[in-house]
Amino acid sequence: MAAELGFSTGDATLIAAAISELARNIVSYARKGQITLKTVNGLKRQGFAVIASDDGPGIPDVQQALRDGFSTSGSLGLGLPGVRRLMDEFEITSQPGRGTTVTVKKWRQ
Amino acid sequence: MEVPILKQGAFLIATFQAALSDADLKHLRMGLVQQVVRFRSRAVIVDVTAMDVMDSFASRTLREIAQMIRLRGAETVIVGIQPEVAFAMVQLGLTLEDVATALDLEEGLAYLNEKFKTAN
Repeated sequence: MAAELGFSTGDATLIAAAISELARNIVSYARKGQITLKTVNGLKRQGFAVIASDDGPGIPDVQQALRDGFSTSGSLGLGLPGVRRLMDEFEITSQPGRGTTVTVKKWRQ
Repeated sequence: MEVPILKQGAFLIATFQAALSDADLKHLRMGLVQQVVRFRSRAVIVDVTAMDVMDSFASRTLREIAQMIRLRGAETVIVGIQPEVAFAMVQLGLTLEDVATALDLEEGLAYLNEKFKTAN
């Protein structure tokens, strides 16, 4: 899909790695959730958006979860900060007890 | 998809044919360690040329494989990490720490042959 949009193979690899990390987060924290992929149009550019959402336990301290090395699941703790570095835009909303939604975007160069 | 493990003299070569699931990676981890024991191998080459996504689980498993094999007294060389994959790994903060890497299978074999030249 990223290749069809004219993304380079390098960018497509970065997007794939980000999707994989987001899916892994959902599985380890919320068990169940969904990932939506879609194209987005900016002013002069096209982009690719990945929306990962779940109805899991939520993240009590989002700022802490975005720091390198922070993990509550015994993983490497690179998930969210790593995904943020891979993509151009990163947005997270989380409510304890209600779930988490992470939206990331990559713009075509 | 299972990863074939080839015996090449004192070395074992495991070549990924495609992206692997978590279960495949765990299976490979066990399989490789067992084969190293069975064949008394000196070293293992893991060829990841066909891998187009390396996430935190995959890189951790590769690191674990290398550590287990080192405990058996053998060495691991990971070969064929694609440039895009290397880029994504660095951005994600993934490292293979002190596991040896080489450009491709040929370079990996050359590295091991040089290393074990005096021993053989």
